[in-house]
Amino acid sequence: MAKVKTLADLRKMKDELRSKISLRENSDNPESMVQIKVSMATCGIASGAKEVMNHLINELDIENIPSVVTQTGCMGYCYAEPTIEVIKPGEQPLVFGDVTLKKASEIIEKYIKGGELVDGIIPDSYETIE
Amino acid sequence: MGKYKSHILVCAGTGCRASDCEGIVSNLESALEENNLNEDVQVVRTGCFGFCEKGPVVKMVPDNTFYVEVTPDDAGELVLEHLVKGRKVERLLYIDPDTKERISDSKHMGFYKKQYRIALRNCGFIDPENIDEYIARDGYAAMGKILESMTPEEATAIIKESGLRGRGGGGFPTGLKWEFTRKAQADKKYVVCNADEGDPGAFMDRSILEGDPHSVLEAMAICGFCIGADTGLIYIRAEYPLAINRLKTAINQAREYGLIGKDILGTGFNFDVEIRLGAGAFVCGEETALIHSMEGLRGEPTVKPPFPAEKGYNGKPTNVNNVETFANVPPIILKGSKWFSEIGTEKSKGTKVFALAGKVNNVGLIEVPMGISLREVIFDIGGGIKGGKKFKAVQTGGPSGGCLTEKHLDIPIDYENLLQCGSMMGSGGMIVMDEDDCMVSMAKFYLDFTVEESCGKCAPCRIGNKRLYEMLDKISLGKSTEEDLGMLRNLANVIKDTSLCGLGQTSPNPVLSTMDNFQEEYLAHVVDGKCPAGQCKALMHYIIDSHLCVGCTLCNRVCPVDAISGEKKTPHVIDSSICIKCGACLEKCKFGAISVQ
Repeated sequence: MAKVKTLADLRKMKDELRSKISLRENSDNPESMVQIKVSMATCGIASGAKEVMNHLINELDIENIPSVVTQTGCMGYCYAEPTIEVIKPGEQPLVFGDVTLKKASEIIEKYIKGGELVDGIIPDSYETIE
Repeated sequence: MGKYKSHILVCAGTGCRASDCEGIVSNLESALEENNLNEDVQVVRTGCFGFCEKGPVVKMVPDNTFYVEVTPDDAGELVLEHLVKGRKVERLLYIDPDTKERISDSKHMGFYKKQYRIALRNCGFIDPENIDEYIARDGYAAMGKILESMTPEEATAIIKESGLRGRGGGGFPTGLKWEFTRKAQADKKYVVCNADEGDPGAFMDRSILEGDPHSVLEAMAICGFCIGADTGLIYIRAEYPLAINRLKTAINQAREYGLIGKDILGTGFNFDVEIRLGAGAFVCGEETALIHSMEGLRGEPTVKPPFPAEKGYNGKPTNVNNVETFANVPPIILKGSKWFSEIGTEKSKGTKVFALAGKVNNVGLIEVPMGISLREVIFDIGGGIKGGKKFKAVQTGGPSGGCLTEKHLDIPIDYENLLQCGSMMGSGGMIVMDEDDCMVSMAKFYLDFTVEESCGKCAPCRIGNKRLYEMLDKISLGKSTEEDLGMLRNLANVIKDTSLCGLGQTSPNPVLSTMDNFQEEYLAHVVDGKCPAGQCKALMHYIIDSHLCVGCTLCNRVCPVDAISGEKKTPHVIDSSICIKCGACLEKCKFGAISVQ
């Protein structure tokens, strides 16, 4: 292993290594960042939810957006899988249906980054109890 | 390779290892492989989460699900349910004892709510055997900062201004100690880390070394820079094999990276660390005794002055700090003395780690801000007394401390307040006692420990403590008079005043504080010949109620010493001169005819 020769080296190393544990740091206060839940039941997986989840994680990482992407059970919208729920800090959750890889990119680009609504929102007609 | 989507953090502290966390890790790994998840999910062995009562602990990230009391057999279900299907495994979640609700996020647990983690910041968060994870958490950045931009005076001033005090027991201001050693003139100086954790029930130093060894190495290097030393020595007891192994790994990794060794970060500063094993003697936690032990001499203390800051290891100026003290140093350097001094009370800054043990629901390791009350620690974090019994006392400061009672529950915990109440901070062991604990036996237990651990150098400690123990023994046998109580107190005070080192000067504390707080219990033993808690066997009598006894002969048959006699179908009798008070008859009697008085 190469030696750390200067403080600048150490800082650079830290920035590179940060992504290894950022998942753990982010999960300590998810409220302060974008939270995405990917519906990952049989119906979701069959429609490609796994690929969508990977795509979301990679894209958000490249865009450097602090986020927590988790999987959850069936949300009930089996007709519109893959389904994802996006919670921006301090905002109401939004559920998007039929999320393809392309749609996922669009959601990141337009809704998460730009705050603009995109097609495919499933109006919520339910309440979650904590 | 892509990024891991989930991490599974498995506690690999000594406690959870004893409950087979290694089995959990290997079963998790094979279950992940079976489900083709091994590239998506990383299994990490971390240090202690602190919630030892409910170990082994497994935490799922990023959804922060906290599973408790996991067994290797649960691993398959965790992977299949939690990771593949995205459903929480309800039966492994923590159940709130008050609301009976299952809690999945540790932040909502009473045990964690009031905690504030500085010294334990990385325990249960990073893999202690991977220096990269420490660096990712700002590791060695504090050392880099002072090496690059500060003088030793400036760095020492930060520690001084922060108000950090020694966490090993005495509470001496750390910055001041560093300054003394810095000012001493010598060709060689030493930094020593005291990891000889000897208080019964205290295990914070072990947990820090097991869960975050690099934080101690970094702080030692910082100290070395401040006082002008190039050698660090860690004195650790050989009975901490896991901590020693993790330390060795950490030292090797830090050397490989050049973060300790020669010309650190190109600044010309040299500092290396070695491990010294101790045989596990309580007195070697005292700094002069510790230094003698490292020199290969008998672990006996010497009179101070000269302080180690002037004349320590090999006669050279030596700065000795405890593990927890060191673990506080890097965050103070990074976040500043003001940040640290805003936590805690006027004279005791920052946080303190306590090892909660005894008759409390949540046994474990906690870190709380100074100034928190005992009530919050025992009832909110500790979850109250086991089995709904009544709180009686809490022993703080180990064998050197004293016991605190109901009336002390709302006092803010800091160094001064605990001393004023007749106890002390010590290293942070807290042993909680309930109504079934006898205070005379408790004092006897600690005295037994000090008698064993006394190095024998000075007479008050060697002989005095033995006599104290014998007097307590006499009380527990019911053979004492009231006069003896006066002698007991007198002797305790003499030992306190005349002993050579901290061990003897504090060893009578458990006796004195129980005498002060539970005088009526001592009197009950001496005057009435009774042990109110029912623990002193010699003062107990088993009696058979002749009205309830039907003469089934069961007790007669289980009695190991044939102390019970009687004909079939007639009431039996216990001969108390033969009875050894084992309680076997009481347990067996189906008619409730046997009682203890």
